[in-house]
Amino acid sequence: MSEKKEIIRVENLRREFMVGGEKVKALRGVSFTIHEGEFVTIMGTSGSGKSTLLNMLGCLDTPTSGEYCLDGVSVQAMSKNQRAVTRNRKIGFVFQNYNLLPKTTSIENVELPLLYNSSVSAKERREKAIQALQAVGLHDRLYHKSNQMSGGQQQRVAIARALVNDPVIILADEATGNLDTRTSFSILTLFQELHRRQRTIIFVTHNPDLALYSSRNIVLRDGKIVSDTYNDHPASAREVYESLPTDND
Amino acid sequence: MKFVNLLKIALRALSNNKLRCFLTMLGIIIGVASVITMLAIGQGSKNSIKAQISEMGSNMIMIHPGNMQRGGVRQSADDMQTIKIEDYESLSRLPGIAAISPSVNSGGQLVYGNNNYPSSIYGVTPEYLEIRKLKIKDGTIFSDQDIRTAAKVCILGKTVIDNLFPDGQDPVGKVVRFGKIPMTVIGVLESKGTNSMGQDQDDVVLAPYTTVMKRILAIDYLQGIFASAVNEDKTNETIDQITEQLRVNHKLKDGVDDDFQIRSQQELSEMMNSTSDMMTVLLACIAGISLLVGGIGIMNIMYVSVTERTREIGLRMSIGARGIDILSQFLIEAVIISVTGGIIGILLGVIASWLVSVIANWPVYIQLYSVVLSFVVCTVTGIFFGWYPAQKASNLDPIEALRYE
Repeated sequence: MSEKKEIIRVENLRREFMVGGEKVKALRGVSFTIHEGEFVTIMGTSGSGKSTLLNMLGCLDTPTSGEYCLDGVSVQAMSKNQRAVTRNRKIGFVFQNYNLLPKTTSIENVELPLLYNSSVSAKERREKAIQALQAVGLHDRLYHKSNQMSGGQQQRVAIARALVNDPVIILADEATGNLDTRTSFSILTLFQELHRRQRTIIFVTHNPDLALYSSRNIVLRDGKIVSDTYNDHPASAREVYESLPTDND
Repeated sequence: MKFVNLLKIALRALSNNKLRCFLTMLGIIIGVASVITMLAIGQGSKNSIKAQISEMGSNMIMIHPGNMQRGGVRQSADDMQTIKIEDYESLSRLPGIAAISPSVNSGGQLVYGNNNYPSSIYGVTPEYLEIRKLKIKDGTIFSDQDIRTAAKVCILGKTVIDNLFPDGQDPVGKVVRFGKIPMTVIGVLESKGTNSMGQDQDDVVLAPYTTVMKRILAIDYLQGIFASAVNEDKTNETIDQITEQLRVNHKLKDGVDDDFQIRSQQELSEMMNSTSDMMTVLLACIAGISLLVGGIGIMNIMYVSVTERTREIGLRMSIGARGIDILSQFLIEAVIISVTGGIIGILLGVIASWLVSVIANWPVYIQLYSVVLSFVVCTVTGIFFGWYPAQKASNLDPIEALRYE
């Protein structure tokens, strides 16, 4: 595993908030390294600091102290705008509530990150968006509007949007939280497929069952890592998905 | 960030809210349309006043005897006999004067056959026609020979003809009587209608000034001199020349008041202009206020839009939109609303102005500057009123914004 490229390296990451004049320690010294091609689940109950960690990893927030290197570049030295550009080029976000633009077609939603990248031409943008939608199995839904699609389809569009800029890491925040079990597993299957294609994925969730399907599981409690285990033989989400009864029954 | 991309993003966002967008635009549309229409009406009336004044003789300068104290008694200007034929002759040699005519007039009864009509006879030279912008319709103007011999000839205006020749005879060649003096009609003036003061400009009889002076009034002085300057800009300069010449002629020492007075059409037109300028300013103020109200409408709707789209803003930030990108997007949205509203408003204003001129028959004149001005004001309004909400949007914290319900 050591010959693989380091994507994320955090060292002694701390984050404190001032809430009502009181100091709240959300992260109390977190350290880990994630290499290319890993599918990491980060677990923890609410208040464990997993959202804070995700914001940090997603360059939306900066740590109070500690070191964060993304793809070999130190993030805390960056300005607000540099972090925005980093998010645009290196990170793909998938949210619990999809966060698609309303009344907008799939393809336009997927093109969105590339609109903020002036080095991508309109033609390239369209091609990449179509490729990304094909990768999530929505090649027949290019021009459907977001409100005309089911939750699972919307989340697929969101994943395509996260893939379109060819990021070094995909950050998923409770990406299956709003979906029913069957659809959850279909989305999980998609993540496993992406993993097989050597995508690096961090999947933040409070659902402990999902640890079975990732290659590594980090558990947070009270702002500290309590366990960090590798899973060399993740269970197949596809098998579970296929074993579940369809809605038609 | 490419501008084209920003434009695309902004247009996309606007098209999601077409009705709201249009209603916001309506404020600007009404504002701009009223600016255009009001200014068109203001300028139209100004132009028509100007046209009427210049119809009366644009660069006209009127010289009359001035009132003067004689032994402590202030005399009526009409009694003064300070202006002589020599003055007329010397002024006619001044370079700034395009046309000049002496003026003597007398009221009296005109008689032809069974018909009679009270009118005024004006003793002038043919140049008077040029000064007052009069034209001969039939017949001819009197000649220098007529002036030298004080010939008993006259030219009639339309009102006089209508009263003396009610059955439509051709007056040219007929002999009418002015008081007791028979005069041959040699010409007919083209009708000019009433002027802006309500005076009938056709109620006029013209005759050689020598005839009026010698045969009717029996005087050796002039009641006034009419002149016209070479052009409007030279009017004041010409007035100075005339003043100087007349003071020399009348041997007035320094410090002695003029014994004549000079008035020009320009003074009149300046007075009229200042009145209509004030009206234009008033109209523009009203229109400007409605544009301001439209601008506040934009600001209001942009605020609502920013709040409503907080999550969207958070998402855009998380996928790599910088603060400046968000700011530009909202600013462009505001400017699109205001500029589109402005263009529609300009078109509507042009149509409204046209309707005003067709239906109400008011003179309107749309100036290019008012169109350009409203367009610029619209853009500035969009930027000005869109700035604050856009600023607010760009300063949102992406984490907070993403969590916003």
